[in-house]
Amino acid sequence: MSAAIPGTASGGTWQNGKKPFDVRSWTPLLYLLPAIAVFACFVVYPLIRTFILSASGTDILGRQSQFVGLRNFQRVFTDPEFGKIMLNTLLFAVYTVVPTIVLSLIIALMLNKESTVNRVFRTVFALPFAYSVSAASIIFSAFFNPATGLFNAIVQKLGGQPIGWLTSSQFALPAIAMTTVWMNIGYNVLVLLAGLGSVPDEVVEAARLDGASGFRLQWFILIPMIMSQVFFLIITDTIQSLESFGQIHVLTKGGPDSSTTTLVYDIYMHGFANNSSNFGYASAEAIVLIVVVAIITLIQFTTVGRKVDNQ
Amino acid sequence: MSVATTTTIPAKPKAIKSAAAADAKDTKEIRAERAKAKASGFAANFSHARYVASKIFGLLVLVLLGIIVIFPVYYSFAGTLMQQQDIAAYPPAIWPKHGITWSNLATAAQIIPLFRQYVNSFGSTLIITVAQVLTSTLVAYALVVLKVRGASVWFTLFLGTMMILGESVIIPNYLTISSLGLRNTFLALILPYLASGFGIFMMYSFMRQFPMELVEAARIDGASNLRLLWSIVLPLSRPAIASLAIYTFLTHWNGFFWPLLVTETPEMQTIQIGITQLQSPDNFNPGLVMAGAVLAVIPTLLIVILGQRQIVRGLTAGSTK
Repeated sequence: MSAAIPGTASGGTWQNGKKPFDVRSWTPLLYLLPAIAVFACFVVYPLIRTFILSASGTDILGRQSQFVGLRNFQRVFTDPEFGKIMLNTLLFAVYTVVPTIVLSLIIALMLNKESTVNRVFRTVFALPFAYSVSAASIIFSAFFNPATGLFNAIVQKLGGQPIGWLTSSQFALPAIAMTTVWMNIGYNVLVLLAGLGSVPDEVVEAARLDGASGFRLQWFILIPMIMSQVFFLIITDTIQSLESFGQIHVLTKGGPDSSTTTLVYDIYMHGFANNSSNFGYASAEAIVLIVVVAIITLIQFTTVGRKVDNQ
Repeated sequence: MSVATTTTIPAKPKAIKSAAAADAKDTKEIRAERAKAKASGFAANFSHARYVASKIFGLLVLVLLGIIVIFPVYYSFAGTLMQQQDIAAYPPAIWPKHGITWSNLATAAQIIPLFRQYVNSFGSTLIITVAQVLTSTLVAYALVVLKVRGASVWFTLFLGTMMILGESVIIPNYLTISSLGLRNTFLALILPYLASGFGIFMMYSFMRQFPMELVEAARIDGASNLRLLWSIVLPLSRPAIASLAIYTFLTHWNGFFWPLLVTETPEMQTIQIGITQLQSPDNFNPGLVMAGAVLAVIPTLLIVILGQRQIVRGLTAGSTK
């Protein structure tokens, strides 16, 4: 990105070595201290402690007991529930990320042109961004209600049988995903519109002169131009789906029959729910989460890095 | 006079004549065009019709998607104002058929300590926002402008904190707060969030685009580090600070997992946790639920509507890296 800013030429010479004045004293480090203190206490220390906890037993009161090596990991990976939980986590990511990206791409491409109508629509599609996990979840819980909810009213009007949206293990995960897609769409549309807004007019004009219009213009010209935003969204949406907690907690509490228990929710279940303080097991799961996120971040760096090289 | 008439009178027929000629030419051209159109068959007409149809179809899709997306927003407000006989009916009413009522809001405020929870949410979010802006600006200033020794190493380390999700270290953080005796306190809500890797990244990216001449000039005038920060860097950073502040406010106003863990009594809970208490499964009251949701989203809704530009700028800072 910095290469695209020719205005900072003098900043460039600054960054390449010689400083115009001597500020290499220790005082500038003071400016870093507040942030370092916070990160040390609430990121670095707990990170180390997570590893220690994952290698320790836990007594009934949640106190750390003796060193148990990899036994917690062994228990996690041999737990038949754990495979199901990882599958739920993966399915939830697919159910949320794919529809969110596809829908927001369609919406953003249709709203790309500057006009009053489009400005109104942009605000409409941005509104869900304001809704917290908690607010969105309780609204949808009313919609999902099997006896009085709006969704079953619609299903029955269309001649179907009422669905146990949150009470059947078949529908619960997609139902939570639906809620999540609704919450995420505003953010995604805003990012994509910002990306489309930065596509130079000349590019679009040149494509038009070459006879590209409508679908072809969007598919072959505009979408490739906003690929970096799409990648960014795929990564952030995936990580967000991994982090999802509130909607599961409000809508199903992981049930029915743990069909909506994802990795993060299982950490909560083992660590905190129903006075369970199995911090050893939960910490081993937390390490799994850290590894998964590290892999996703690695993918992000390699793909985005390659994109930048190509341009 | 006669000269005048003789000059003006022939002028008219001439004009008429030329207009007629132009007409004739026009009709000729039109005829030629029609012939051409006939020659290319009905494809031209069809492609035009198809263009119009696709425009209409596109608009229909947009309106349909718009209705679906805005419906929960609309219904949360409409449902809040609906009478029990409307919203608790089956099928539930879509609009307040029997007039509006404020009783849902009033009942919600009775069930949860609404004012107290608003204060908790507002206070903690505000402190977190100010703190993150402050710590991020200080770090970015030291790294970009003051060129702290090992700036790139520090930057990588700060950025690295973004890789560690709050959820993956939530157990030790909970234990830390517990052992400090801070469970169910205001401090517990804010302590882990006083700095953020994303905030640092955002301020850093912004300051890298500074016109460094300004900073250098102030330096030559003998400005101290703090003076430079206060009178040059901060005013220049205002757009980034606005975006970061809005983004941080939205994120932490909407926080759920951490406030749920560290608070126990309704008096210490944030509004986000409070409103979930409005949906009791045995005595389900959708009007009450909608009222709770509306109460929780009013501040953020205002921010999203009024601060869209800042939000978009903040988002692009993250996505164009």
